Amino acid sequence: MTMYGFIRRSVQWMALLFCGLSTTGCSSNVLVFHPAGPVSRIEEHLIIMSIILVTIVVVPVILLLWYIVRTFRDTPNNPAPYEPEWSESRVLESIWWGIPIIIVAVLGFFTVKDTFALTRPPEKVTNPLTILVTSLDWKWMFQYPGQQVATVNYCEIPASRPVQFVLTSNAPMNSFWVPELGGQEYTMPGMAMRLWLQADQPGIYYGHGANFSGKGFAHMQFNVHAVKQTQFDAWVKHLKRTAPPLTMDGYHGLVRPSVVGQMSFSSYPPTIFRDMIMQEGGMYMKHDMTILGTAD
Amino acid sequence: MPGYDRHHPTPFFVSGDPMIYASDVLIALTLVGVVFVLTYFRRWRWLWEEWITTVDHKKIGIMYLLAALAMMFRGGVDSELMRTQLAFPNNHFLGAEHYDQIFTTHGTIMILFMAMPLIFAMMNIAVPLQIGARDVAFPYLNAISFWLFFFGAMLFNLSFVIGGSPDAGWVSYPPLTETPFDPGPGENFYLLALQISGIGSIATGINFLVTILKMRAPGMTLMRMPLFPWSVLSASVLIIFAFPALTIALALLLLDRLAGAHFFTMLQGGNPMMYVNLFWVWGHPEVYIVVLPAFGIFSEVFATFSRKRVFGYTSMVASLMTIAVISYFVWAHHFFTMGAGPGVNSFFAIASMCVGIPTGVKVFNWLFTMFKGRIRTSLPMLWAIGFIPNFAIGGATGIMLAAAPGDYQYHNSYFLIAHFHQVLIGGVVYGMLAGMYYWWPKMFGFILDERIGRWAFWLFNIGFYVCFMPQYQLGFMGMTRRVYIYPADMGWSTLNLISTVGAYLMGIAFVLIVVEILYSAVWGVRDTTGDPWDGRTLEWSLPSPAPHYNFAHVPVVTERDAWWGQKEARKKGEIQKETRPFQPIHMPRNSGRPFIMSLCFFIGGFGLVFEWYPLALVGLVGILTSLLMRSVERDTDYYIPVEEIQHIESNLGRA
Repeated sequence: MTMYGFIRRSVQWMALLFCGLSTTGCSSNVLVFHPAGPVSRIEEHLIIMSIILVTIVVVPVILLLWYIVRTFRDTPNNPAPYEPEWSESRVLESIWWGIPIIIVAVLGFFTVKDTFALTRPPEKVTNPLTILVTSLDWKWMFQYPGQQVATVNYCEIPASRPVQFVLTSNAPMNSFWVPELGGQEYTMPGMAMRLWLQADQPGIYYGHGANFSGKGFAHMQFNVHAVKQTQFDAWVKHLKRTAPPLTMDGYHGLVRPSVVGQMSFSSYPPTIFRDMIMQEGGMYMKHDMTILGTAD
Repeated sequence: MPGYDRHHPTPFFVSGDPMIYASDVLIALTLVGVVFVLTYFRRWRWLWEEWITTVDHKKIGIMYLLAALAMMFRGGVDSELMRTQLAFPNNHFLGAEHYDQIFTTHGTIMILFMAMPLIFAMMNIAVPLQIGARDVAFPYLNAISFWLFFFGAMLFNLSFVIGGSPDAGWVSYPPLTETPFDPGPGENFYLLALQISGIGSIATGINFLVTILKMRAPGMTLMRMPLFPWSVLSASVLIIFAFPALTIALALLLLDRLAGAHFFTMLQGGNPMMYVNLFWVWGHPEVYIVVLPAFGIFSEVFATFSRKRVFGYTSMVASLMTIAVISYFVWAHHFFTMGAGPGVNSFFAIASMCVGIPTGVKVFNWLFTMFKGRIRTSLPMLWAIGFIPNFAIGGATGIMLAAAPGDYQYHNSYFLIAHFHQVLIGGVVYGMLAGMYYWWPKMFGFILDERIGRWAFWLFNIGFYVCFMPQYQLGFMGMTRRVYIYPADMGWSTLNLISTVGAYLMGIAFVLIVVEILYSAVWGVRDTTGDPWDGRTLEWSLPSPAPHYNFAHVPVVTERDAWWGQKEARKKGEIQKETRPFQPIHMPRNSGRPFIMSLCFFIGGFGLVFEWYPLALVGLVGILTSLLMRSVERDTDYYIPVEEIQHIESNLGRA
């Protein structure tokens, strides 16, 4: 772990130097390198591994270029050898066909491993939380089928518990991205797709739509609040008691293009998520049914 | 927050923005200026006879080059406006709508109306000369290709002042681009302009494939062919197989918009994901269509300016062809996040990484072309050397993006923006500028000024890193693309400001290149030998500029680097003087019809944009009439008599 931490820190420093950064004390701002959950941690490890692997090729290329251009200049008395007909070397060519193949094989192996791993819940648990996410013009709606509450432009999750986000859109395609918790997935009309995320610690995590969806797209920001399970339960109770219900009319109002702040609802029409997907072509997609099945 | 309404009425002339009014005035003044100059100097006939009706590949190449530079200016202004808006958090230089239009036109213009014509320029200028041909296989079709591109580009740019620009990104994904979300004509401009210029691109692909396969000089086997024609061969194959997918995607989306079809709609069973697939089935090979010819140019430049054979020629050919094939199996890496299963994502991840292998091999072969050579850092070589570290980093971040789980974090972030600008600018633009400096004397007979050129190179090269390196970091910090505004508390402000400074440096470099061209036209060193760089390939055996028939005698090729070989033999006193008598040369006649037919495409396209079907019909009738007239035309070619050849060659001091 310490060795790993060292490598991680060196890579970060290289990235910082590389960018000529001096201000912002930005370490905590570099969200991708501040994983706050098992999913983003898997992704960060793969990213760091890929940086190291590509460095094996990039650094020699730049050093070789520097050496060659310095040595073989066309100046009068240049003592370096000049062999205008030398143009083949099986040994050299084998080296640079071979090394990239090995690098791709190594990176490819871990890529495939992680790609499959990320389709499963981060931990084996019997009761993951399910949240239904809908991207609208230009806001995010979150429905909690287990709790029957709904929110707009923020969502509350219990820390240390896998969360199954089921994603769709009732507007042009968008993408659901909470960098500190894990990479993104598209939200698309007529589709229900699954994204597993989990937060290790309580905290507020930045989220944003990542696929352009029109004029208000830049304002599609939401926060993910991770809290202790007890606080989460208290939050649900609080919402049930104080927030207004989301009516069908209220939902249609949300679907209309607008930019809004955060909202909370004590209940919502129970079938709107499923109905919306079916209406927009979900009936043709068999796998929607299996994902929706786990969502109820 | 302001209220957002989806349906806004769009006036015919774009109005309401002082910047657009200013541009209107500038456009009008420029047009008046051009008309005045042409009339005052009595150049209308010259313009028509020498340029508009020409079927000469060299002139068509020059027109492609000038059009591409003009489009680089337009796309470049777009990028400067965007970077100005993003220089500070919560900036209000541009509004959301305006910004959305600008990033859409920037991307579309830079790929389709800047990079594409720039590679076509280089192909036209160099390929026939390098393979010892007198023109391309289908010169008339070549003129049609150019004018279709030209009018497609004009139609697209027209949206700026008439009707409003498209604003859904250069990828134009439905359902955002369907009429309920995007009712204005802007998106129609996009669809029709790309469709019209796309026809021209497919024709160019066919033209150069046939030219390279069938028109090589005697003795020039494929494995004796210079690497630039090889790269064009592979790019042509890519064009022929990739562009039809774009044609289909655009046509179906147009049907959705104009005829109420439901191919990609949200409701009634449409499937937007199909568009995304079709778009990238074209879109990824497209990246290689523009970068492979750049690879070809680098191979020529590294060999020439190292006075050495290109290293690993066979590997270079093999890697070009391997890249061309693999590039068809990577398109889904543009949407790893669209929810395909892990099996699909794994396949496309591995395939995408595999493209890096032959590309890496090429980089090492270029390095070892210089190794044990004699390197001159003239301007073409400077851009080629600048390309290597740039492309190495761009390629490396490409491998990082190919690792699908990593991509879940990079997708649509500024990391991605930095990556593809690094490969497209570092690869394509550097390559084309190297090619432009390299072949400029062959096109115009003078060399571009070295001193201004060095300033331009260093400003551009430094500006590039200042602009795009911070964007990698911005991606890691969570900044997504296509946001017109960002808050101050994310820590993105400094890096964005640095990036904007870099963009300005690149802008200054572009202005310097224009100054350099104008300066050199008057004061530049004239190329009297036809071989200013001590070249290796056949184009340097000709005078600069080459006569319209290119080769008075079709050369007979006995080895790779044919011209270098001749020069070496001549040094040893081995070569015989040319003893073959001149023969009449068979040439195609000029024709105004490619221009007129493409103008009809423009008229018809404009009619469809506004759904003015009578006007569209007028365009269609014009197109069909042009095609019919060509079919019954007999007088399409002529012979240059021996006396005229003799006269021209002796004036050039070559007979």
